[in-house]
Amino acid sequence: MHIIARWWDAFQRTVGPRHFYEMTKSWLPWFAGIALVMTSIGLTWGLLFAPPDYQQGNSFRIIYIHVPSASIAMSGYLMLAVCAVISLVWRVKTAEMAAQAAAPVGALFCLMALVTGGIWGKPTWGTYWVWDARLTSMLILLFLYIGVIALQHAFDEAAQAAKASAILALVGVINLPIIKYSVDWWNTLHQGATFKLTEKPAMPVEMWVPLLISIIGLYAFFSWVVIWRTRHIILRRERRSRWVKELLRQSL
Amino acid sequence: MNSPFFALLRRDIKLGMRQSGEWVNPLAFFVMVITLVPLAVSPTPALLAQVGPGILWIAALLSVLLAMDSLFRQDFDDGSLEQLLLIPSPLPLLVMAKVLAHWLLTGLSLTLLSPLMAVLLNLPLSVVPVLMLTLLMGTLTLSLISAIAAALTVGLRRGGVLVTLISLPLHIPVLIFATAAVQANIDGLPIIGFLALLAAFLLIALVLAPFAAAASLRLAIAGGE
Repeated sequence: MHIIARWWDAFQRTVGPRHFYEMTKSWLPWFAGIALVMTSIGLTWGLLFAPPDYQQGNSFRIIYIHVPSASIAMSGYLMLAVCAVISLVWRVKTAEMAAQAAAPVGALFCLMALVTGGIWGKPTWGTYWVWDARLTSMLILLFLYIGVIALQHAFDEAAQAAKASAILALVGVINLPIIKYSVDWWNTLHQGATFKLTEKPAMPVEMWVPLLISIIGLYAFFSWVVIWRTRHIILRRERRSRWVKELLRQSL
Repeated sequence: MNSPFFALLRRDIKLGMRQSGEWVNPLAFFVMVITLVPLAVSPTPALLAQVGPGILWIAALLSVLLAMDSLFRQDFDDGSLEQLLLIPSPLPLLVMAKVLAHWLLTGLSLTLLSPLMAVLLNLPLSVVPVLMLTLLMGTLTLSLISAIAAALTVGLRRGGVLVTLISLPLHIPVLIFATAAVQANIDGLPIIGFLALLAAFLLIALVLAPFAAAASLRLAIAGGE
C-alpha cells in the first residue's frame, strides 16, 4: 500500500498544472514538427500523387481531410468525457483545463468534417446535404460540442464553468450511443437507403498510406493546439500563484 | 406520506397552482406554436395529417423546455434551494420530487390538452390514445433530462437560452421514437417496439438524471472549489 500511495502522490504532482506546464514545454516542438511533416507529406501525396478513384475520379481526394477531421471530432468529444471523469473524480485541475482547451478545437474539426463532407457529397451524391444517419449524428455531435462550449463561457468563475461543463460532457457521452443508434434507426425508418456511401473498393496501398499519414499528422496537430491552449489556460487560471508570477517576471 | 419527498412534492404543486402562469403559459405556448403551422405551411387537411405528429411533438418539446428554466430558479433566488441541500434526505430524491411536481403541472396538462390539438391538426381520432401515451412517457423523460440543464444553469442570470441549447440534442432520441410511434399507429403498423424504447429511455432518465441534476445543484450552490 505504501508504494501505491507514493506512486499516487507522484502521479498527482505530475498532473498538477505547474508540473504539466513545465513538462509540456519540451513537447510542443515535437508535436508541431510531427504535425507539420506528416500533414504536408500526407496531403501532398494524397492530393497530387495518389491515383484517382476509378468511380469518383479526383473528387475522392477530399477524403484526406474529411476522414481525419471526422475521427478527431469524435475522439475529441471522448477526450472531453475522459477529462470530465478525471476532474470530477480525482479533482485533477489540469484535466479541467485540457477539456476547456479541447472543446472549441474539437468543434472546429467537427465543422470541418461536415463542410468537407458536403463538398464531397455534391459530385458523388449530387447534393450538398442528405439526411443520412452518419451526417445527422455528426451534426448532433456538433450541437453537443456547442452546448459544452456555451456552458464553459457562461460562468464568471472558471472553476465552476469547468465543473459544470464536465458534468454536461459526461451526460452527453452517455447519450451519444443512444443518439447514434436512434438516428440510424430513424434513417432506415424514414427514407430507406436512398443514398448509401458507395461500397468502398478495397483501397490500394498508394491510397491508404497517405490517408494514414495525414490522420497521424492531423492528430499531432490537434494535440499540439490542445496542449498549447491548455498551457495558456493554466497561466491565466494560475496567474495569482507564485510560480506564474515568477515566470512572468523572468520573461519580461 | 410526511417524508421530505412527499412534503416537497406537495409544496411545489401548491406553489405552482397558485402561480397560474407557471403552468398556463407553457400550455398557451404549446397551442400557439401549433396554430402557427397551418398559417405558415398550409391549411390543407391531408398535409396537416401528415406533418401533425411531428408538429405536435416539436411544440410539446419546446414548451417543456420553456417551462424548465423556472424549475430551480425561484428556489435559488429566495434561498430555499440551499435549505433543500441541507435536508438529511438524499438530494437526488428531492430533485425527483421537484421534477415530478413540475411535470404534473406542465407535461401532464400538455398531455391532457393534446387530443384537442390532434383534432386541430386533422389527425385521426384513433391515434389519440397512442399520442397521449407517447406524450405521457416522453414529456417526463424530457423534463428529467432538461432538469440537468436547468440545474447546471441555475446560478446564471441568462440561463434561458442556455437550457435549450444544452438539452435539445439530448432530446432527439425521444422525439424520433415518439413521432415514429404515432406515425406507425396512423399507418396501421405495430407500435409496441417504439413504446418499449420510450419506456426504456424514461427508465434510464429516471435512474441517472436525478443524480446528475443533484451534482449540478451542489456545484451551483457550493461553487467550483
